[in-house]
Amino acid sequence: MTPYLSIEDVGITFPTPDGPFVALRDIRLGIEKGEFVSIIGHSGCGKSTIMNIIGGLAQASIGGVVLDNREVNEPGPDRAIVFQNHSLLPWLTVYKNVAIAVDKVFGDLKSKKERDDWVRHNLRLVHMDHAMEKRPGEISGGMKQRVGIARALAMEPKVLLMDEPFGALDALTRAHLQDSLMEIHAQLGNTVIMITHDVDESVLLSDRIVMMTNGPAATIGEVMTVDLERPRNRLELADNSAFNHYRAEVMRFLYERQRNPQAA
Amino acid sequence: MAIKDEIVADNPSVKPEAEPTYQKGGTDPSVPESGVNPFARLIQIVTPPLVTLVVVMMAWIFISTIVAPDIPGPQATFEQAREILADPFYTYGPNDMGIGWQVFYSLGRVLAGFALAVLVGVPLGFLVGTSRIMHRALSPLIQILKPVSPLAWLPIGLLLFEAVNPSAIFVIFITSIWPIILNTATGVKAIPGDYMNVARVLNLSPMETAVKILLPATRPHILTGMRLSLGIAWMVIVAAEMLTGGVGIGFYVWDEWNNLNVASIIVAILVIGVVGIVLEAIMNLVQSRFDYNQR
Repeated sequence: MTPYLSIEDVGITFPTPDGPFVALRDIRLGIEKGEFVSIIGHSGCGKSTIMNIIGGLAQASIGGVVLDNREVNEPGPDRAIVFQNHSLLPWLTVYKNVAIAVDKVFGDLKSKKERDDWVRHNLRLVHMDHAMEKRPGEISGGMKQRVGIARALAMEPKVLLMDEPFGALDALTRAHLQDSLMEIHAQLGNTVIMITHDVDESVLLSDRIVMMTNGPAATIGEVMTVDLERPRNRLELADNSAFNHYRAEVMRFLYERQRNPQAA
Repeated sequence: MAIKDEIVADNPSVKPEAEPTYQKGGTDPSVPESGVNPFARLIQIVTPPLVTLVVVMMAWIFISTIVAPDIPGPQATFEQAREILADPFYTYGPNDMGIGWQVFYSLGRVLAGFALAVLVGVPLGFLVGTSRIMHRALSPLIQILKPVSPLAWLPIGLLLFEAVNPSAIFVIFITSIWPIILNTATGVKAIPGDYMNVARVLNLSPMETAVKILLPATRPHILTGMRLSLGIAWMVIVAAEMLTGGVGIGFYVWDEWNNLNVASIIVAILVIGVVGIVLEAIMNLVQSRFDYNQR
């Protein structure tokens, strides 16, 4: 049986004057419903490209993506994306930033009242219901990212795609948002793919960590299952030997086997 | 209001006064009280423009008495202004109307030309900003026509419309459209790719994308273009009306020149300036109301 989300032999090749340039090759990955998978690798390894292919924002040169037994090759609300720089629309209030998605996705399916409730519900989920009438310019970076997550969740996507969602945030805010994300994942059981370059984040949040080799011709180097019980607590895990083992494994992959090409 | 704020912001003598409020005001006698005292603050705000006024007046008196005695001095001009402004809306036939009417007719032409420029310029700007082909096709034309002096268009307008009024409006239109096109195009190009990705993920139709994403995202740029454009339009109308005649502040200036009534011309210049400030203030108000960046 094929998995819920299946990335099948995906590769990207750009034609250049010096012949074809292989950016990404042989990406094969199956993800089950409700799984939290993070993709980690150095900059330029094409991890964002994989996400864009799943999201339909970029086209694979070969191979394809099958979600819930249907091939996907264009963007759609069933694969909601949380962008790194939140990408809220600055002229809309927090409420309307979520409502624009809800109205589009559920315009025909839900009544006005239901949609309003749904917007409020999702903002409550990310603890942003106190700032619904604020504009993105008036709230902090962490709050913006919360709203970005609420907007994505409100689409009820089959897969939630997160492109380094907390990369631009300070460490404390990032920890808060990671905790919120774990809470939400436990509550809703979303299927999540998260791009990250933060080792701790990947181990803390993921069921599986996909480690990418460096480009060009980047591919999946190793997939590690993180067998830690949920709910996870970052303080308890700090002294947990299994957690530290996983962490060391990822670090070893990134800094021994795949040294950062830019740092070399 | 906005203009006043600008003066405060630009005035370096006012800024240091903000500092003493952080110190212990009142307890230390060495700290000047002026930062807290509203009267002292008022003097600091009012004095610099007052000095400017005095210098300008002195220069004016100097020129009108020694350099060019044909130019009336402040006294004569002020009396003329009182006479003109006492009854701005009189009508003694088509060739003799109050200055209020002159301004009114000029504003009518400006707004007509400006409205046309917005209606044509914004969509054109969108085309130039979104389509590489349209950009290539139109940008040489824009580059050539943009620096053309407004009045060079007047003969073309007269030939096209065979009437002075539409010609004047045409001149306003053709000179004030460029900032709108260019600013709109810049605004469209400056839209972050992420906004478009949001539109794609939501599967917005092209029409929905235009109304919900493109238009609001470019609105600040469009408003900037409109503000620049309205300023140009008001400058151009005076020159255009000097040539076309009819009722209007430009022709009024020309008419008073023919009557050798220089005091009236100086009054008209001041009126033109004040109307310009008012137009600018209105656009600033509109901009602060609709520009999400400024809130």
